[in-house]
Amino acid sequence: MSVNQQAHTGPPYGQPQPGYQGYQQPAYGGQSLPGVPQAQYGAYNGPVPGYQQPVPPQGSLRAPPTSGAPPPASGASHPSGHLAYSQFEHGDVQNGIPASAAPMQRPPASQPFLPGSAPTPVSQIPTFQQYGAPPASVQQLRNHMAGMTIGGTAASAPPPAGLGYGVGPSSYPPTTGAPRPPAMPGPPLPGQTVAGPPSSQPNHVSSPPPPSTMAGLHPGPPMSGLHGPPPPTHPPQPGYQMQQNGSFGQMRGPPPNYGGAYPGAPNYGSPPGPPPPPKRLDPDSIPSPQLNELPPQQKPRHRIDPDAIPSPIQVIEDDRNNRGSEPFVTGVRGQVPPLVTTNFLVKDQGNASPRYIRCTSYNIPCTSDMAKQSQVPLAAVIKPLAALPPEETVPYLVDHGESGPVRCNRCKAYMCPFMQFIEGGRRFQCCFCSCVTEVPPHYFQHLDHTGKRVDFYDRPELSLGSYEFLATVDYCKNNKFPSPPAFIFMIDVSYNAVKSGLVRLICEELKSLLDYLPREGNMEESAIRVGFVTYNKVLHFYNVKSSLAQPQMMVVSDVADMFVPLLDGFLVNVNESRTVIASLLDQIPEMFADTRETETVFAPVIQAGLEALKAAECAGKLFIFHTSLPIAEAPGKLKNRDDRKLINTDKEKTLFQPQTSFYNNLAKDCVAQGCCVDLFLFPNQYLDVATLGVVPYQTGGSIFKYAYFQLETDQYRFLNDLRRDVQKEVGFDAVMRVRTSTGIRATDFFGAFYMSNTTDVEMAGLDCDKTITVEFKHDDKLSEDSGALLQCALLYTSCAGQRRLRIHNLSLNCCTQLADLYRNCETDTLINYLAKYAYRGVLSSPVKTVRDALINQCAQILACYRKNCASPSSAGQLILPECMKLLPVYLNCVLKSDVLQPGPEVTTDDRAYVRQLVTSMDVAETNVFFYPRLLPLTKADVDSDSLPAAIRNSEERLSKGDIYLLENGLNIFVWVGVNVQQGLIQNLFGVSSFSQISNALSTLPVLENPFSKKVRSIVDMLQGQRSRYMKLIIVKQEDKLEMLFKHFLVEDKSLSGGASYVDFLCHMHKEIRQLLS
Amino acid sequence: MRPSFCGAMATYLEFIQQNEERDGVRFSWNVWPSSRLEATRMVVPLACLLTPLKERLDLPPVQYEPVLCSRPTCKAVLNPLCQVDYRAKLWACNFCFQRNQFPPAYAGISEVNQPAELMPQFSTIEYIVQRGPQTPLIFLYVVDTCLEEEDLQALKESLQMSLSLLPPDALVGLITFGRMVQVHELSCEGISKSYVFRGTKDLTAKQIQDMLGLSRPAVPMQQGRPLQTPQQPVISSRFLQPVHKIDMNLTDLLGELQRDPWPVTQGKRPLRSTGVALSIAVGLLEGTFPNTGARIMLFTGGPPTQGPGMVVGDELKTPIRSWHDIEKDNARFMKKATKHYETLANRSAANGHCIDIYACALDQTGLLEMKCCANLTGGHMVMGDSFNTSLFKQTFQRVFSRGYNGEFRMAFGANLDVKTSRELKIAGAIGPCISLNAKGPCVSENELGIGGTSQWKICSLDHNTTLAIYFEVVNQHNAPIPQGGRGAVQFVTQYQHSSTQKRIRVTTIARNWADAQTQLQHIEAAFDQEAAAVLMARLGVYRAESEEGPDVLRWLDRQLIRLCQKFGQYNKDDPNSFRLSESFSLYPQFIFHLRRSPFLQVFNNSPDESSYYRHHFARQDLTQSLIMIQPILYAYSFHGPPEPVLLDSSSILPDRILLMDTFFQIVIYLGETIAQWQKAGYQDMPEYENFKHLLQAPLDDAQEILQTRFPMPRYIHTEHGGSQARFLLSKVNPSQTHNNLYAWGQESGAPILTDDVSLQVFMDHLKKLAVSSAS
Repeated sequence: MSVNQQAHTGPPYGQPQPGYQGYQQPAYGGQSLPGVPQAQYGAYNGPVPGYQQPVPPQGSLRAPPTSGAPPPASGASHPSGHLAYSQFEHGDVQNGIPASAAPMQRPPASQPFLPGSAPTPVSQIPTFQQYGAPPASVQQLRNHMAGMTIGGTAASAPPPAGLGYGVGPSSYPPTTGAPRPPAMPGPPLPGQTVAGPPSSQPNHVSSPPPPSTMAGLHPGPPMSGLHGPPPPTHPPQPGYQMQQNGSFGQMRGPPPNYGGAYPGAPNYGSPPGPPPPPKRLDPDSIPSPQLNELPPQQKPRHRIDPDAIPSPIQVIEDDRNNRGSEPFVTGVRGQVPPLVTTNFLVKDQGNASPRYIRCTSYNIPCTSDMAKQSQVPLAAVIKPLAALPPEETVPYLVDHGESGPVRCNRCKAYMCPFMQFIEGGRRFQCCFCSCVTEVPPHYFQHLDHTGKRVDFYDRPELSLGSYEFLATVDYCKNNKFPSPPAFIFMIDVSYNAVKSGLVRLICEELKSLLDYLPREGNMEESAIRVGFVTYNKVLHFYNVKSSLAQPQMMVVSDVADMFVPLLDGFLVNVNESRTVIASLLDQIPEMFADTRETETVFAPVIQAGLEALKAAECAGKLFIFHTSLPIAEAPGKLKNRDDRKLINTDKEKTLFQPQTSFYNNLAKDCVAQGCCVDLFLFPNQYLDVATLGVVPYQTGGSIFKYAYFQLETDQYRFLNDLRRDVQKEVGFDAVMRVRTSTGIRATDFFGAFYMSNTTDVEMAGLDCDKTITVEFKHDDKLSEDSGALLQCALLYTSCAGQRRLRIHNLSLNCCTQLADLYRNCETDTLINYLAKYAYRGVLSSPVKTVRDALINQCAQILACYRKNCASPSSAGQLILPECMKLLPVYLNCVLKSDVLQPGPEVTTDDRAYVRQLVTSMDVAETNVFFYPRLLPLTKADVDSDSLPAAIRNSEERLSKGDIYLLENGLNIFVWVGVNVQQGLIQNLFGVSSFSQISNALSTLPVLENPFSKKVRSIVDMLQGQRSRYMKLIIVKQEDKLEMLFKHFLVEDKSLSGGASYVDFLCHMHKEIRQLLS
Repeated sequence: MRPSFCGAMATYLEFIQQNEERDGVRFSWNVWPSSRLEATRMVVPLACLLTPLKERLDLPPVQYEPVLCSRPTCKAVLNPLCQVDYRAKLWACNFCFQRNQFPPAYAGISEVNQPAELMPQFSTIEYIVQRGPQTPLIFLYVVDTCLEEEDLQALKESLQMSLSLLPPDALVGLITFGRMVQVHELSCEGISKSYVFRGTKDLTAKQIQDMLGLSRPAVPMQQGRPLQTPQQPVISSRFLQPVHKIDMNLTDLLGELQRDPWPVTQGKRPLRSTGVALSIAVGLLEGTFPNTGARIMLFTGGPPTQGPGMVVGDELKTPIRSWHDIEKDNARFMKKATKHYETLANRSAANGHCIDIYACALDQTGLLEMKCCANLTGGHMVMGDSFNTSLFKQTFQRVFSRGYNGEFRMAFGANLDVKTSRELKIAGAIGPCISLNAKGPCVSENELGIGGTSQWKICSLDHNTTLAIYFEVVNQHNAPIPQGGRGAVQFVTQYQHSSTQKRIRVTTIARNWADAQTQLQHIEAAFDQEAAAVLMARLGVYRAESEEGPDVLRWLDRQLIRLCQKFGQYNKDDPNSFRLSESFSLYPQFIFHLRRSPFLQVFNNSPDESSYYRHHFARQDLTQSLIMIQPILYAYSFHGPPEPVLLDSSSILPDRILLMDTFFQIVIYLGETIAQWQKAGYQDMPEYENFKHLLQAPLDDAQEILQTRFPMPRYIHTEHGGSQARFLLSKVNPSQTHNNLYAWGQESGAPILTDDVSLQVFMDHLKKLAVSSAS
């Protein structure tokens, strides 16, 4: 743990650490609050130091805060929030405190809103003013923000420490971080989330408190300033208030009033008396219970400083800086790996790489009571065949010959580094079930003085977390070694497909693509055989046997009772049949050029592929290219049942369910044969993805959807997806089982697969992008000593037809203290789990129920933390665990996603599509999917390889004069502000003015200038990181498409009714308080 | 005609022969008993063998339409027997006595200016009518691919060869089958295209047409009316194309045909979907060319083993049904399969399409179940051991043989309409036809063969196709026919000539009536024992299809005995006094051989063979039929020119070469001595050239038969003691057996190891029973 924590500590908020320091003091001192503030600072300072000191000892805390920075800052830091962060390190505290700090600071923005009053506010005035500038117009504010963000955030970091602690410090210095002394309810527990102390951002504390002050403070140090300054005077409140005010946006008009009304509120915050100008209070108050009555409605207007609430960008940046440089060595049990957004190398020393397995928590409660109390789901996100960066080695293949892998006699766990050899190596004790098993003679080896086998380092299964066994014939279907798998390409040749040019495109592409079928290791050519089918209302099979002079087409019209009309010559080796295949692919578009057939079938197509594989006695994959709702008379015929009126009713779930169970049964058959289905859809209208997707989904396949496919704009994307899909590493006929230490058990599974019993995950195909999320529940106690082990065993057939077992082992810690749990969580993984859980929920429950349940669970998680791990503090404070400080923002994104809250432009098919897509996403994908990456392109350094620093997903952050890129794994938007310099436009788009930019572009023009090159290289790089080729959409500011774009600015309120981050945070706070009270 | 009637019938034989040559008709009785009662006492029914398209080199067809009687129920065709009033331009129908106006075109007729149809020598006349569109002939090949490589190769070559024999504008199609059924599209360039069907699933005609994309409704819907008409031929032409357009394509396609690729494991038969393949062939034609001349030609190398129409399972250890199994009701699939093929045959026949079956395999192929396909549609049935034999190759080639004027010897979609004068009714027909269910006043209630109708459809026929038509005399005893009255029968055959013309052949015959009580000798003298034997045999075989063998034999025996009682001259209870007149003398012998023939005896024959023999028996003309009943035996020796000898074991002598023609087999048998000479190589010595000639003579004669007969007979060359000598020994009358000891060691003939009775014994019994007062 410690290690990790330290790492975290680094740069809490502030992006640039240096910035912090610099800012902190100077900023505060200089700029902001001339008089008053300083005084305040002083006050803070005092406390801070106190904290800091304590901190170090506590080391254990993860609080990431900037390591070095904080301390120094500390003094200066009073700035509250930021400082707080630094302190976080101390542990939980950080969370609480820092968060507050940041948020607390009222963003200048707030001021503007404040009516006249704003200025009045105490000393802060100055600060405000600075910000004040913005007040002028919202836009300006935004710009400010935008501009500031970076700096601001950075700056903010430092202060928290100060603040949070600062406050408390004086009084509690000794105690951990308990920041504010008196005011705060209780001094926050050490690091733990102190409510009060606006500890780092983690705490999204909404607490209303002494906004005024806070606000003021921030202003001072425009950027950094935010944090620091605020609290000075009112130690306790500052933090809170700040947060509230700042973060949650102070109300413009209303604030004042509330303020008045709220005064009480401030109390919560703690610093009632303080300066907090009543006005500011209002908004923030929301969270506080008392406020509830009034505030809720009024708040809407309030604005809390977005800079003050936990920022995903900040967290990502910090983690990247702290942990990106050192390899992640997996030797230690229960280590929390770096975030998925961080580039890091992994050294396997006994535990599986986080690329294979990530957990929601790396420290599991020992008892189920604890687990229940915390409500933190225990889940692992497993990507068994994940692709590794070239620097890392793929799992070794271990061949134990005919005897096969060594396994525990009882639980059948495979030999792994955690097995204990005893009796001189003659036996071993299973690390999962404790059963003692004889070591087979051929496997015997002596032990050294530490009890390790002498061959420990020679055997991957004894020293590594991930490795593979060569399976024996016992592990094969029918006790026969499998044949190499086959790929069958099944192309819709109905009118639409032909007319759109799709058929020709596919055929052309296949000609070259067939040379890139997956190969095993260094094999000369792929062992995979290929076959071709075209279809509309009937199916056409092709005999492309190498001995034929010309291909033969065999039409099967009996779709009611599908069969494969040929055996020999259907599945062929590409090299042998090259000329016949080429001839076929040339002719297919010609043959159907004049087709008038508009109806298609679908189920028979899958059946055909399935039958073909059955006949060939092999596993394989079907690539189906399909365009329309299958309404032709045949099994699996569908009707158009799309009905938007069902949205928000109890029947909404039916939109996600297949309309017939036929496909479920078909999927079952497919899985039994190892027939994986990848579906490429090109719909011009509703085609019922929910139903068509059943088979791909349950067989471990993928769905790709290109609505309104147009050759010019979409072909590149489609071809890229197709190429990648065909080439990527894939295993067939796979069965996965997760074994665990006695005490917990895998109880639930999410992903694209089929299960015929409760333990085995069966996948006809499993590729390197597919992820399975597994949830664990206690069925007994765990012990802190032995920890908890997971072993994921995947039995599969490689692309060369070799039967293998891939084993991933992971050891986790166990805890008896909830704090340990909260300290070792990973929010990204948690969101991955929650999203999948919710997305499955919509199949059976009304969407509203699902949403409420999600909110409720998260509220419980946070409330539990607050209750058990955070130092006592005012109920008005929102204190978040450091590791989960992004939970609210991410959760909000999940809640706002198309599946759970569809906007009017989202089709039923889109929702079903996304629902299935998310279900097999890994953590990195869900992360960017729910919280898209927004990059200011105009800020990119043309001369370096690096990406420009990301900014938060809010319209406020966009500047009219800049160009931004937003990506979420499915789309890339390039947003162009109206005031972008012509030069840039010329450089990027090759046109002379904003108005000439065509938003029909699907790629950026290739222009020879540094900016264009840089942007294109960024786009290419992003495309390279994602498993699907993203659709590029050019959005001009104030253009129609901008609506679509804004949908992805997930921190803002969405058109479909999704709450803004700030509002949601308030809401969460309210929920938590309700739970606590 | 007239002369013969007037003449004293110097010989009825001449009369019969003349009639046969001119009209293709042979009646069992050429003078008819004038009352129903007497007619039934004649035992052999009044019936005829009709060869509707008997080749008539001297009969150029006339190019106009026949004139029909205006009575709707009659519609008989104007013929030489009609009374004509040249002045009034009227004619009286000789069947219904309706008086009819001649059509305007006949305004110029007079006694000296008669149209052909009124001239006596044109009792048979053929009209060419220009009615309806001419559609090309259609040949749909249905080819089994579950063959041995050699067989398939041979078959492919035969099929390729056949393309050159077809008329260039004929449409051809190809369906192949094995485990699946493939309908090949023939007009594709660059890719060969076929529609594939599962071999296990029976489909309705509509389904088949839908699946082949032949359904019409869909087309007009999308394309609008105007396109519909031109579209239609295009559709059907995907599967049926004019030979001249696609013979290259089809030749290649046939060349690329592979054996059915599905693996056949040890101990299994290949899965062969004959039932579905035929069903699809029938459905395809039904949908595209109803009522057009078409041949579905099925080539199969084994029994159907799956799907509807399966005859045996695919387990080799379960043998295909035998007569024994059938008797024991142990043939699991027989009934169902038969039903399947019957349904198909009937559908096909209803559309005027015929089905040929070319079955070549060492084991049975299910002809028993499939026979109706050929029987009801007039299709050919050919059975051989392998497609790689000249038997198949030449037979197949002969299907496309051409007549003297270069026309194919095949006609399609014939509709035979029989009209009788009032004293007669039609009892039924036996031959390769189906009933058209045309009820009418001349249809008898008593059925013999396919009855209850006066019209039959013969989907395919050639110049030998012969039907047996049975009549019933209905004139009552108390309504005597005036002296000199004649009964008349008219046969009207409408058909599609191989040139695709529509033609109508009309044959009108008349016979004198005679009172059996007073003029029995006339009737007796006019008995055509050959025709009678064949007609009785057809009845017997027809019965045998549905009754147990012994019952049929008993029935035959009883008929024979009754006939002998009626026409024999004898003293009661004195067998030795029994005599038959010349016109009956051969009849018992025919029946004797018929009883032993494979048509009625199933012993030693598989069900398939029986079906095969019966199929041919039911369609060949009289001469051929007689050969089948009583094979012909010629002897070649140094003692004289080749001569026909008795079909008797006594004819088997060491210094003779025998040539036996059973229709299905040509057997050349070298006597013991001859065989030794041959082994000694005398034929190669110049001084024994005469021996060489002797050996050659039967070969030449055999060759002549082989050249002309369809299907080509199995050619067997054997010698004394050879294993194949059994073909001869089983046919000859076993006058000498191991039972009559005196024959042993003698030089006269060869003893036959059998318990069968000899003709002698048979006759003795017959006489005894005929003269017995007990019966």
